[in-house]
Amino acid sequence: MDIFDKYAQIAGRHDKVLELGTDPFGVRLDEILSATEARIDGRRTILVGTNNYLGLTFDEAAIEAAVEAVRTQGTGTTGSRIANGTYALHRQLEAEFAQFLGRRSCMVFTTGYQANLGMIVGLAGPRDVIYLDADSHASIYDGCRLSGAKVVRFRHNDPEDLDRRLARQQEGEAALVIVEGLYSMLGDVAPIAEFAEVKRKHGAWLMVDEAHSFGVFGERGRGVAEAQGVEEDVDFVVGTFSKSLGGIGGFGASSHPRFDVLRYCSRPYMFTASPNPASIASVRAALVRIDREPGLRGQIWGNARQLHEGLAGLGFDLCSPMSPVIAVKMPDEGTAVWAWNRLLELGVYVNLAVPPGTPNGVCLLRCSVSAAHRSKQIEEVLGRFGQLAQELAAARA
Amino acid sequence: MTTTDDTIFREICGLVARFAPAGVQLRPETELASDLNVDSVAAMDLVMEIEDKYEIDIPINQLADMRSLGDLVELVRQQLKDR
Repeated sequence: MDIFDKYAQIAGRHDKVLELGTDPFGVRLDEILSATEARIDGRRTILVGTNNYLGLTFDEAAIEAAVEAVRTQGTGTTGSRIANGTYALHRQLEAEFAQFLGRRSCMVFTTGYQANLGMIVGLAGPRDVIYLDADSHASIYDGCRLSGAKVVRFRHNDPEDLDRRLARQQEGEAALVIVEGLYSMLGDVAPIAEFAEVKRKHGAWLMVDEAHSFGVFGERGRGVAEAQGVEEDVDFVVGTFSKSLGGIGGFGASSHPRFDVLRYCSRPYMFTASPNPASIASVRAALVRIDREPGLRGQIWGNARQLHEGLAGLGFDLCSPMSPVIAVKMPDEGTAVWAWNRLLELGVYVNLAVPPGTPNGVCLLRCSVSAAHRSKQIEEVLGRFGQLAQELAAARA
Repeated sequence: MTTTDDTIFREICGLVARFAPAGVQLRPETELASDLNVDSVAAMDLVMEIEDKYEIDIPINQLADMRSLGDLVELVRQQLKDR
């Protein structure tokens, strides 16, 4: 038996996708022209699917800080946080993040994926129960599996369903509820205030992943919990550096007095190389900019409104109210793949999202806007979506 | 199967019937993935419906070994017993 036989079905599905054009899961960006444009297959392409929400990947201060760090501290740490991989930079960023979030302590992880793994594995063990939103990100599911805890799913964004399930919990088990601030596929926001009420009622712990909402939601950019005024009810907050902060890495933060025990009890934190100095230095600079320049949020919300209203006006079926993630629903996988290729030919890159990576079996052209998009670029994108709409209508006729 | 299992089986068949391709008869040995094309996410959503019906929680850790309708019935029966 070939060890790859188990992938025969999914490989066959992938082959069918390739018959329709470019591989949506292997796009190569040949030249990065700016935070919002790249050259792909020789074409200047507007990027509308990068999660580069604040457009800080080309922030001058962040670039200078990264260059300085790599010159003075080297290309990598070559060690884990519990050995030789904790530099003064890591500790400085953790202190700055804790202050920004108003939390007692913050831990930095090497990627956003590992931040969820490290937090969940550290917080929940085989004698605990995790209640997770059904639409949670793969990193949350993987962390749950790795933790060994009993894992119960509740219906997406449904505090009443969580309430029913927590009511059935057995005595003697600690319960950890996990939700996201902004859901990355459909672009919908969690009712964290209502979840907080349920968790208080049952004495559970609440962890919120603000990966897609950090820097974008809330008066200071701390996320959806800040926007809904319930940060004090969130026991643990997780996030990533690879979206609004334009780098790579992740964080977990809390005011629990025993939180730092995770530094020597969470294996995904302990047994991996720490983030390289350049990454940490650029994130420190980006965090300063987020803190000092609230106007960035005004720009991204303006762009989100322009794209959302424009796509709705063209008659596209949008999954959620306006947010920086705008998901366009397609009728089936074949149409979604064809439309995705057509947009790429027209010089627009969006994300193709298909089951099982999407909830409820939907197929999506997933767009995410950036504060760095100019209004004219959004107009161009809408023009090309308009052409796509005409071609889809002609194909249906 | 006991009578109770038969009842659970019939009720679960009612929830699963929409996945069954024409001509596929639902039996305890019917496989969710290969016979009914129920992928991992659809299986978790189906379990959620079953949880609502019986007011139980089936931890997703227990779904890894679930292959057939009979396995699903056994999971439900176990949770009802432990309730």
